[in-house]
Amino acid sequence: MTSVPPLVLIAGPEQVLAERAVESTLALIREVDAGAEVVRLDGPAYEPGALALHTSPSLFGGTTVVVVRDLDEGTDDLLEEVVALAADPPMDAHVVLVHKGGNRGKRALDALKKAKARVIEAPAVKSDRDKGTFVTGEFRVARRRIAPDAVHALLEAVGKDLRELAAACAQLIADTTGTVEVETVERYYGGRVEATGFRVADAAVAGNASEALRLLRHALSGGLDPVPVVAVLASQLRQVARVAAAGRGSSASLAKELGMAPWQIDRARRAAAGWDGIRLGRAIQAVAAADFEVKGGGRDPVYAVERAVLTICRERQG
Amino acid sequence: MSVWADVVGQPEVVDELQRAVDDPARMTHAWLLTGPPGSGRSTAARAFAAALQCPQGGCGECRECRTALDGSHADVTVLATQGLSIQVKDARELAALAQRSPQVGQWQVIIIEDADRLTERAADALLKALEEPVARTVWVLCAPSLEDVIVTIRSRSRHVRLRIPSVEAVAELLHRRDGIELDTARVAARAAQSHVGLARRLARDEGARSRRRSTLALPAGLRGLGDALRAAADLDTLAKEESASSTGERDAAEKARLLEQLGADPAARTQPPYIRSQVAALERDQKTRATRLSRDVIDRSLVDLLSFYRDALVVQWGGPVELVNADLRMSVQDLANALPPEALVQAMDAIGTARERIEANVAPLLALEAMMISLQAVGAPMT
Repeated sequence: MTSVPPLVLIAGPEQVLAERAVESTLALIREVDAGAEVVRLDGPAYEPGALALHTSPSLFGGTTVVVVRDLDEGTDDLLEEVVALAADPPMDAHVVLVHKGGNRGKRALDALKKAKARVIEAPAVKSDRDKGTFVTGEFRVARRRIAPDAVHALLEAVGKDLRELAAACAQLIADTTGTVEVETVERYYGGRVEATGFRVADAAVAGNASEALRLLRHALSGGLDPVPVVAVLASQLRQVARVAAAGRGSSASLAKELGMAPWQIDRARRAAAGWDGIRLGRAIQAVAAADFEVKGGGRDPVYAVERAVLTICRERQG
Repeated sequence: MSVWADVVGQPEVVDELQRAVDDPARMTHAWLLTGPPGSGRSTAARAFAAALQCPQGGCGECRECRTALDGSHADVTVLATQGLSIQVKDARELAALAQRSPQVGQWQVIIIEDADRLTERAADALLKALEEPVARTVWVLCAPSLEDVIVTIRSRSRHVRLRIPSVEAVAELLHRRDGIELDTARVAARAAQSHVGLARRLARDEGARSRRRSTLALPAGLRGLGDALRAAADLDTLAKEESASSTGERDAAEKARLLEQLGADPAARTQPPYIRSQVAALERDQKTRATRLSRDVIDRSLVDLLSFYRDALVVQWGGPVELVNADLRMSVQDLANALPPEALVQAMDAIGTARERIEANVAPLLALEAMMISLQAVGAPMT
C-alpha cells in the first residue's frame, strides 16, 4: 500500500513547483504500482461525471490516478463533484487536484482539507531572494554546490521566468562538475541579460548612463516595447519626486499619504539623494516628450527612449 | 418658430441651407459642416434635416420637424460616437442605408456628427456611397475643420463653414431656451468661449462652476515640484471622477439591459461563453467611452487654463477685446502683474503642448505633470 492518500491537493500559483509536486506524487504511487493508469483532466473543459467514471473500481483492478489541472478555473459541475468526492474518497484510485489560487472553488478546497487530503503548497517565487533559495535548493537536491555570486549571476541572466531558471539549473548540473562558480555561469549564460523597464529606470534615476543604456539595449532586443519602458521611467521619477517633495516623516505615514508601499518610499528616498526639484522637473518633462514620440509623435521610438534615458542621467549628474 | 431658432449667430449658414431646401437647383447630396466645437454643427445639421423633411420647408411646428429635431424621424439617421473613433463596421451600415429610399419623408438624411472621428478605413468605406448618391439621399457630415476629414471626403461634399457665435447670441439662446437670467448667461457664455453646451452647463450646474474656479486657481498654488505634481494628479483624478460619475450608472444599466435582452440570469456568478463575449464587447465600448470622456474633461480644463493666461496677456497689452474670465478679473490682474509677457506666452505654449500630447495618446497624468512643471518654472502670481 502506498503512503499517498486518495486525495492530494496542490495549491499555489507557481506552475513549476506544482508540476513537480504532481510528478513526485505520481512517482510515489508508481513505486507501489508501476502500472498505475494516469488520467489527466482539465478544469475549464470538465465534462460532468468524468471524475466518478475514472475513480470507480475497475474490472481489471490496478490503480488509477486522476490528475485535475486548473481546479480554480473549473466548471461548477467539477466543483460540486469534488465536494461529493471529498465526502466519499475513492477506494483504489488517487485524485490529484491542482489549484492555482484565488477564491473560486473555495468550498471544494475546504471539503478536501476536511477530508484529510494531502496538501502540497506551491508558493509564488517572485523576489530575488526566493529565487536564490530556489537555485541553491536545486543544486542541493542534485548534491552539488553553487557559489553565492554564481547564483547572483544566474539570476541576472535568466531570472525572469522560474521555468527557464529551473532549466538553466538542470543544464548546469548536467554539464559541469564540482562547485559551480561564477565563471561557469558566465561561460554558459554570459552576455545574456534579462532587463526589464524597472531595471533600466533604476539605473537611469541613479544617473548611471552606461549601465542604463546597456540594460535598455538588452531590454529592447529582448522584445520589450519602448512604450512600457517610458511608462516605467515616468512612474519611477514620479515616485522619487513625490517622496522628495513630501519631506521628512516615517516611511509608514508617508506610504499612507502618498498611496505607495513603505519599501517603495524607502527606495525612492535613497534614489532622491542627489536630485533637486528643478532637475527632476526637467527629467519628467523629457520623459513626457519621449512618451509623445514613442506613441507616433516621432520617427524613431528607440531613439526617443534612449534620449530620455540619457537626459535623465545627465540631469542626475548635474 | 422656425427650425433654425437654435442655430445661433450663423445667419449666412442658415441662409445657404434654407435656400438649398427651397430651391432644388441649389441642393446637393453631401454637405460638410465645419466649425469649432460648440458652434452648433450638429444642431445645424439636425435643423437642416428637419427643414428638408418638412412640407413647408422648416416650420418648426409640424410632426416632421419635431421628430427630425429630436432624432426620432424614421428617415433621419444620426451617427454620433461616444468612443474615440467611428469604426468601419458602422460606416458600412450607413453606406448600405444610403442606398434605400426614404420611408415616410422626402429625403433620406444621414448625419455623421463626428466625421473627424472616422477612422481612415471607415472613411474609405463611405466614399462609394458619397460619390454615387441615390436620388433622395443626403449626407450631412460635421467636423471641427476641413483638415479633420480626409481629402477624398472633402472633395465629394459641399462645404459650409460655421463661425464662433457671438457671446451675445449664445447668451440670448440660453435665456430664451433654458430660461437662464441674461446676466448669468452672458458670464457663462463668455467663460465657455461661446461653446453653447458648455455655457449652458456652466450657467446651470454649480459643480461645473466650482470645478472651473478650482482649475483656474491652480497656477497660483505652484511653489515647487511637489505642488506641480500634486496639481497634475488633482486634475487627472478630477477628470476620472467626473467621467466615472457620469458613466457609472449608465454602464450598469446598459449591462443589466443587455443581460435581460439575452435572457441571462444577472445573478449568475459566471455567464455562459456566448453571453460573456457580448458582455465583454459592451464593457470594451464602455471603457473607450470613459477614456474619451475623461480626456474631454481634461481638455476642457486645459482650455480654461489657457484662457486664463491669455486674459492676463490681454490685460498687459491693454487690448480692446473682452476678457474670457471677466468674472475673475482680480486673479487675472494678479497674474498679469506677476509675470512678464514672454512667461505668459511660454505658459500658453506648455498648455498647448499638453493638449497636443494628450490628443496623441500620451498618458494624461504624465502630460499634465510636464505642463505643470513648466507653469511652475515660468512663475506663479502672488496670492
